[in-house]
Amino acid sequence: MRTTELYEPSARELDRRAYRRSRARRSTAVALASTLVFALLAYLTVTNAPGWDRTRATFFDISYGWEVLPDILEGLWLNIRVLAVAAVAVVVVALMLALLRTLRGPVFLPLRLLATAYIDLFRGMPLLIVLYLVGFGLPALRLDWLPTSETTLGTIALVLTYSAYVAEVFRAGIEAVHPSQRAAARSLGLTYRQTMRMVVLPQAVRKVTPPLLNDFVAMQKDVGLISVLGAVDAIRKAQIEVAQTFNFTPYVVAGLLFVLLAVPSARLADWVTNRAARRQQAGGLV
Amino acid sequence: MSGAAPVLSVDNVVKFFGEHQVLRGISLDVAEHQVVTVIGSSGSGKSTLMRCVNLLEVIDDGVIALDGRDITDPRVDPDHVRRRIGVVFQAYNLFPHMNVQDNITLAPRVVHGVPRAAAVERARELLARVGLEDKADEYPDRLSGGQQQRVAIVRALATDPRLLLLDEITSALDPELVGDVLRLVRELAEQGMTILMATHEMGFARQVADHVCFLDQGVVLEQGPPEQVLGDPVEPRTRQFLARIIDAGRL
Ligand SMILES: Nc1ncnc2c1ncn2[C@@H]1O[C@H](COP(=O)(O)OP(=O)(O)O)[C@@H](O)[C@H]1O
Ligand SMILES: [Mg+2]
Repeated sequence: MRTTELYEPSARELDRRAYRRSRARRSTAVALASTLVFALLAYLTVTNAPGWDRTRATFFDISYGWEVLPDILEGLWLNIRVLAVAAVAVVVVALMLALLRTLRGPVFLPLRLLATAYIDLFRGMPLLIVLYLVGFGLPALRLDWLPTSETTLGTIALVLTYSAYVAEVFRAGIEAVHPSQRAAARSLGLTYRQTMRMVVLPQAVRKVTPPLLNDFVAMQKDVGLISVLGAVDAIRKAQIEVAQTFNFTPYVVAGLLFVLLAVPSARLADWVTNRAARRQQAGGLV
Repeated sequence: MSGAAPVLSVDNVVKFFGEHQVLRGISLDVAEHQVVTVIGSSGSGKSTLMRCVNLLEVIDDGVIALDGRDITDPRVDPDHVRRRIGVVFQAYNLFPHMNVQDNITLAPRVVHGVPRAAAVERARELLARVGLEDKADEYPDRLSGGQQQRVAIVRALATDPRLLLLDEITSALDPELVGDVLRLVRELAEQGMTILMATHEMGFARQVADHVCFLDQGVVLEQGPPEQVLGDPVEPRTRQFLARIIDAGRL
């Protein structure tokens, strides 16, 4: 179709656009105003509380916060490395579990049962207990081929727990792909594995990217739990400081750093979701 | 509005997808009890036009009026407009998680406030009319294409729409099922339903349509009574298009 010729909107269309713009401006103004009012109220309530001065001194001591920041950042670097390794391991293990759980046919019953039992176990067990069992229980076996570093053991515990969650997310995605897609792929002569790899999984992964990124953000904070095994991460560093000064500001600093870490993932999740919607759907208004 | 205003009036409608100008000033009217068919090659913008009429797309220029009232005014609530328009899509778009009866009674109950019993009764009545009374409890994926499409038509009719938009509703069907669905449309036309229909079924258009519009390169290149547009077209491009269709054995 011709796209080269210049197109001049009519007066009526310009009018409609102006109206839509003014509506958009008005909703933005309303949203902004209500946010400001709420923020002001919250600020006044907190700063007028009877214990605010004490609280500020023990939780929000800015100069002390700056002082401990480099130390905590150093600890955070350990969290980030653990996170990177764990995230990759979780995706691999979870995908395997999900594929095992979705295998069809009676031959695979034992595999399906095993995968199901694994998922039930590690999804149900509190992460803290898994950390204790792996972190203190495994070394107690005194098998010399087992790792002994707190960081490695902590990472293993995280992977055990999170792969159980993420496996279920993957499985939901696989099952959400319409059966007609399998039918179409198998009719083209693709094998079960090829169908999974080239038709079902790509669609499934796209469907579940937002919940996966959500689990990723959850794991970002839970990485801090390896401190209970004695791994010297951001939280552990903060703890050491607090033990010396009885000022809780280092915890607040560590907490804010974790928030900063989570923000890019959250925005990434939004972006991925929107892009998928724009690219694949017919678009339009609804 | 005065009785003379057409049910649907599309005036100089322009629609862009990014840089690509799909509709370049489309104008057509559908009067009450009229059946207007839109023909044109694939990609000529028939579905886009339907989606614009139903306000699923925002047009970039022009006016669409329903019963004389401008529905493209941003002050108009699109939901109110859509309540008065029934749409049947090429791919049926039935809700797979609801059985046939729930698919049909959803809008009457939730949007129009019809009591459940009345909505069910009406659904059964309409299903009986299309020969599917025994499928009310079945789920869409377990019906044949022709059955699904007939359910989709019943779903669109259940709210007694002012205007029915049919977008190539037979092009996903086996030839033998096409007849069933077209017979249903013809009945609706005879009962006075106002219909705007995109189709490749030229034989059907010739028999049932009051008016045919040939869409080409984003404009209505030729329009008029079916005998003229399909029988003795003025424009060379219309002739070309019809010749191709005849080659494909569909006229
Ligand atoms: N959501 C969309 N985004 C971009 N281009 C689109 C979109 N929908 C349709 N088009 C383009 O608009 C043109 C007309 O499409 P359509 O209205 O579906 O044609 P028809 O129904 O006549 O076959 C096509 O070239 C198509 O590629
Ligand atoms: Mg189409």
